[in-house]
Amino acid sequence: MIKRVSSRSDPAQAHHRRFAQWRRGQYRFGFSDPERYVFKSSRGLTRSVVEQISHIKGEPEWMRDFRLSSLAIFESKKMPDWGADISGIDFGRIYYYLRPAEKQEKSWDRVPAEIRRTYDRLGVPQAERKFLAGVKAQYDSEVIYGSLHQDLARRGVLFMGMDEALAKHPDLVKEYFGTLVPPRDNKFAALNSSVWSGGSFVYVPQGVQVEMPLQAYFRINAKNMGQFERTLIIAEEGSFVHYVEGCTAPVYTTDSLHSAVVEIIVKRGARVRYTTIQNWSRNVYNLVTKRAWVGEEGIMEWIDGNLGSKVTMKYPSVYLMGKGARGEVLSLAYADSGQHQDAGAKAVHAAPYTSSVITSKSICRGGGRTSYRGLLEINPGAVGSRANVRCDALILDPQSRSDTYPTMKINEKQSSVAHEATVTKVGEEQLFYLQSRGLSAEEAVGMVVNGFIEPIVKVLPLEYAVELNRLIELEMEGSVG
Amino acid sequence: MKRQKLEVRNLRVSVGDKEILRGVDLAIQSREIHALMGPNGSGKSTLALALAGHPSYTTQGKVYLGRRELISLSPEERFRAGLFLAFQHPIGIEGVSLFSLIKTVKREAAAGDVLAMLKDSLPKVGLGEDFLRRTVNLDLSGGEKKRSEVLQALAFNPRFAVFDEIDSGLDVDALKTIAENIRVLSDKGTGVLIITHYQRILKHLNPDFVHVLVRGRIAATGGRELAEKLEKEGYRAFQ
Repeated sequence: MIKRVSSRSDPAQAHHRRFAQWRRGQYRFGFSDPERYVFKSSRGLTRSVVEQISHIKGEPEWMRDFRLSSLAIFESKKMPDWGADISGIDFGRIYYYLRPAEKQEKSWDRVPAEIRRTYDRLGVPQAERKFLAGVKAQYDSEVIYGSLHQDLARRGVLFMGMDEALAKHPDLVKEYFGTLVPPRDNKFAALNSSVWSGGSFVYVPQGVQVEMPLQAYFRINAKNMGQFERTLIIAEEGSFVHYVEGCTAPVYTTDSLHSAVVEIIVKRGARVRYTTIQNWSRNVYNLVTKRAWVGEEGIMEWIDGNLGSKVTMKYPSVYLMGKGARGEVLSLAYADSGQHQDAGAKAVHAAPYTSSVITSKSICRGGGRTSYRGLLEINPGAVGSRANVRCDALILDPQSRSDTYPTMKINEKQSSVAHEATVTKVGEEQLFYLQSRGLSAEEAVGMVVNGFIEPIVKVLPLEYAVELNRLIELEMEGSVG
Repeated sequence: MKRQKLEVRNLRVSVGDKEILRGVDLAIQSREIHALMGPNGSGKSTLALALAGHPSYTTQGKVYLGRRELISLSPEERFRAGLFLAFQHPIGIEGVSLFSLIKTVKREAAAGDVLAMLKDSLPKVGLGEDFLRRTVNLDLSGGEKKRSEVLQALAFNPRFAVFDEIDSGLDVDALKTIAENIRVLSDKGTGVLIITHYQRILKHLNPDFVHVLVRGRIAATGGRELAEKLEKEGYRAFQ
């Protein structure tokens, strides 16, 4: 079913209206443009679908072989027997590849009006004007719009769609692609490896500091289609980049699948921050493998917010491979009725004097469920390593549920590990205190929740922080009384 | 501020089966300072919390603020009607700064105006400007929490304010500062109810009335001299 909403020019108003509509439950980002596809694969996953994808993209043979061997791995692997319930995924009903009619565009003005309108509604253009160094917006399976700040290009920074990167920089891609998350890693990594499409490629040369965050927006736009983007970031020695990914998805009645792979290589002394706020519509299975390799004195920071989707399973990981490497994961999960956020983090200390900090904050209400799932591993020889895990859960009503599944494998005595977990039911005394100051029950809950997530919000880029606070506030409306 | 009356009529408050207040009557006019004293467990804090509308209590009777009846109102409506409670044990709210709370409460005022007003009030209660960025009632000393409550009273300028043991745990100087501010509030028109165990603060405030609460009832009402008598003789005479 296709819904159209009228679009007006004032972006602030449009933004406001969008949230107002969303709150009323009429749209929930459920607008979608008429589908215009040059090619749409048949439903379901077969060897010929994979071959077709590779053929249409004009890929080198090694990538086609990679896809096909990944398909075999996918077929041979069982569904995970842990984590959230994902038995509702029907692999046979999903379209694995769609290519939009529009070709890649460099200038915003030349992006077809229909698509521009979609991004207008998502607030992309003004965000670009104010904050972006470059935009990659994935429209369905392929990047249709991209612009790269000239200054960055001059400094040798590559920021483009993954497909474009494979065509233009095949050697660079081949060197790193699938090295951190091999197809064999898990069933969904294998699935992504066989049908991946779109996603971003970022290469930052030695010593280059990218001051402005690089951002990508994408959304699912076709009924029953899976989104299998693939992102690869390479930060050479002493470089810095902040990559921001955000997604909102239209609402459809049939279940949708998003299964991405993100690989990040942080070389000696480099620093990468990767920020995601996912707000998939409530029918999406969101199963993402995110992994970073961190060299000597390198720093990797994952900031991972999960608000939407039906089920999310996502555990951004840091492999601290060089002496003094640091990893940080800030994870935020919000689960409402019918949602299960199974999120967390993984830190592997494989070198001396490495350190990791994992902070997880989860909120559940209306029968929603959040789980923290974490793995902390300190390998023999990783002397002087330090790890700190903190997970806090906030439960807003008795129907909701929160669990913690921490796993620790500490094989080096000369290391220190701190783990702290709290579960808080939103306190009657806190609400009463705020109400006695004239806040309504809803406002009081909103304030407690916003305060609870504040440590995560404060490290977000400004427009994300504002958006996240708004989303949470709107989610909270009608939550009390 | 218009002259008004806070009137408590035959207030009965219970938790579960246990009746804590067994028919309390009180009348406080604007600008008056009333002190409420009484032995532990007599129901003083219950009275404060019940007036503010704490959800744990079952309440009977009436409380009028001017013409408005408060018992039928939610806690936030009572605040908006003009009743403020300074908590004995104000609870912490993680991640919320004092400024953010006060600005949220004063929703109609511009942030700059709120800030200017607070910058004026902070030194009066003995706090620095950085205090506005501190988390509401978390990682604060006992004295700082009390000062923060009084700062809020100044900021909200309520018609009636109840201070529940605002003087416990304060040193001599802090006590004097807080008493002075309550006096200022009262002079500007706020009707004040001070709940206390000690007459120390009353020396600074010179209340118009002193009430003695024993086993859920007002057992006696008098002037300052009653507080002095209680301090010397205890509550035995009323038990």
